[in-house]
Amino acid sequence: MLGYILRRTLYAIPILVGINLLTFALFFLVNTPDDMARLQLGVKRVTPEAIAKWKAERGYDRPLLWNAPAAGTKKFTDTIFFDKSVKLFALDFGRAEDNRDIFNEIRTRMGPSLALAVPVFLVGLMVNITFALGMAFFRATYLDLWGVVLCVAMMSISSLFYIIGGQYLISKLWHLVPISGYEGGVDAAKFLVLPVLIGVIGAFGSSTRFYRTLFLEEMGKDYVRTARAKGLAESVVMFRHVLKNALIPILTGVVVVIPTLFLGSLITESFFGIPGLGSYTIDAIQAQDFAVVRSMVFIGSVLYIVGLLLTDISYTLVDPRVRLA
Amino acid sequence: MPVVLATDFLVWLLVLAVASFAWYSRRRAHLAAPWARVFRSRTAVASAVVLACYILVGLLDSLHYRPALPARDAGAPVAYSVEARSLLDLGLAPLRERFEKTYSAPLATRLFQREQVELPDGRTARDFPRLRHGGAHLEAEADWGKDVVLRALAGLAAAFALWSVVLICARRALVRRWPNVPWGAAAAALGAILALAGPAAMLADGFHVLGTNQVGQDVLYQALKSIRTSLVIGTVTTLVLLPLGIMAGIAAGYFRGWVDDVIQYLYTTLNSIPGVLLIAAFVLMLQVFLDNHGDWFPTTAQRADMRLLGLCAILGLTSWTGLARLLRGEALKLSELEYIQAAHAFGVSHARILARHILPNVAHIVIITLVLDFSGLVLAEAVLSYVGVGVDPSTTSFGTMINAARLEMAREPMVWWSLAAAFVFMFALVLAANLFADAVRDGFDPRVRV
Repeated sequence: MLGYILRRTLYAIPILVGINLLTFALFFLVNTPDDMARLQLGVKRVTPEAIAKWKAERGYDRPLLWNAPAAGTKKFTDTIFFDKSVKLFALDFGRAEDNRDIFNEIRTRMGPSLALAVPVFLVGLMVNITFALGMAFFRATYLDLWGVVLCVAMMSISSLFYIIGGQYLISKLWHLVPISGYEGGVDAAKFLVLPVLIGVIGAFGSSTRFYRTLFLEEMGKDYVRTARAKGLAESVVMFRHVLKNALIPILTGVVVVIPTLFLGSLITESFFGIPGLGSYTIDAIQAQDFAVVRSMVFIGSVLYIVGLLLTDISYTLVDPRVRLA
Repeated sequence: MPVVLATDFLVWLLVLAVASFAWYSRRRAHLAAPWARVFRSRTAVASAVVLACYILVGLLDSLHYRPALPARDAGAPVAYSVEARSLLDLGLAPLRERFEKTYSAPLATRLFQREQVELPDGRTARDFPRLRHGGAHLEAEADWGKDVVLRALAGLAAAFALWSVVLICARRALVRRWPNVPWGAAAAALGAILALAGPAAMLADGFHVLGTNQVGQDVLYQALKSIRTSLVIGTVTTLVLLPLGIMAGIAAGYFRGWVDDVIQYLYTTLNSIPGVLLIAAFVLMLQVFLDNHGDWFPTTAQRADMRLLGLCAILGLTSWTGLARLLRGEALKLSELEYIQAAHAFGVSHARILARHILPNVAHIVIITLVLDFSGLVLAEAVLSYVGVGVDPSTTSFGTMINAARLEMAREPMVWWSLAAAFVFMFALVLAANLFADAVRDGFDPRVRV
């Protein structure tokens, strides 16, 4: 089992390198730093001096991959590729356009992101599983039918409308919670109630419907028929056998998103003014702050790969066939 | 003078492809039978009717031309406007041209904001001024209620008449030919659409049915124009997604070995980057590129169109991995089967095996994925436009509509009609697509067949 996990970990390295190369190509080869400078400086008739200054301030004035005139290892290290891409591995992200250290920014913004994402994840998981199990229990009745109809209808509404509708109804009409903003400590709760609620509702339709099919699939298996045949009550069959076994694919399926919870939610955070990583990313995209976007792409991918690793590990925990392989 | 925008060309290419695929599958039982199953479901037929209406609007909006400018003197050669219009614009000319000053509520006769107006006796006062077009035909504003009701009733009557004619014609042409299709559902869906469209059309003649937006543009017109953007994103993306997904997936599953390793590595890498971030990075670069090559596009419409096309390409590039993974699994399974082993033994070439044995046997997966992806893409457009990496701000889309309306949330009383219009039009489209996709999956998935 240890060997298996080690193998999977080693497999992650070339993927990280690939992501690094891809982002480098995307940000520096598709458009040259001169193009970026022109876009950032904004004016059509921008002087070459201004471009040179912009590039020098951000360290984009070096050669891309190979610095021929430099001496020794500097040939490789004094390049854009080394400075902007290789250093990502050491979590050295450089500075944003407002000259703040990106790594520091990310560290302070992780808290609010987690404060929103973790409750959404946990509450959502519980609500979805409960409703899915209920629908599977009442399968082929009107309750089940209308449940599915509700899920499909909820899937068809853009997440933007949930946020706008929720803000309008609960904050503006009923004045229950503030419309947006954030404070540290216990006060955060009153700002987080609405975003969490909306996050849960927004993901309800598709997840619940998916879990329902998982439950139904599980209920069609032979051991369930055996359990019924030996005279177990339907509720015992559901809770003791079906729920336990169907939880395996559900839980191993969600393991992959756990690390990415750090990234927060792009849309919700920016709508509610929560100073997390999601709103940081959105602001960077809108301000065309390439350094921040590049760093977030890298961090996001690292977290996703960690999620894949955790998924593999969770498989070994629940499935002996993988453990023994 | 006709103009062919890049997306227009691709849209019509898709129409051609779908039509020829339909013709091809008509005589092949393995493709025709699942479709027959799909169209035996009532929800599928009803949602197909709704989708067909959307597609009709989208296609009308995909035939562009540049209107001739009025000639200055008789002998001069005809000059053409730089603005590209579509056939839909031509049909909706009254809606397109009737601009108000700023916001006005649905069916309103007065502006949403107070302004200095001159009273008949020469003094000025702050009041809500009358609209230039909305309700301008009314002699007295007291007639408003009567006029609206009369118009709505006339619209309903016209809709009912049209509905009856269509039903009578359809009975002869369609029902006898395909008796198994639940035509009642189709008729009901068509009736519902006409019952909404008829009064709306009648009222649109004298009012702004869904109000006007900040610059005084008719919201109904905007909503109708957004349909094309949604459909383009939902369908043209597949032109990029399909070849990549099919080739990569089948090659990985069929050839195995290093080909499989390389392709798996590629899609794991692409998949590892969070979707929105990858799309955002791509779009930012596209934006830089378009900004620096502005001289390539003579008109803003062409530039906006190129951005839309670029967005489709990017969405395709970032979402082929799902299809590739499914096809890889299926191709792995298929290449083990006896008849493929037999084909190998007979010395049939790889290309022939792939084309004759593998591809037809994974067609159902491709169709299911395409239909399932559509609604996701339509929803993604709204979110991406909100993030600022969606379509060009000058392109009308549901995303840009929501984005503009969102800024007016704080206003008291709230400007709700833009949001409501975007919500209703988008909800109907996505819901119909979801329901249709479910029916297609049930029809094509061999596991469901009992």
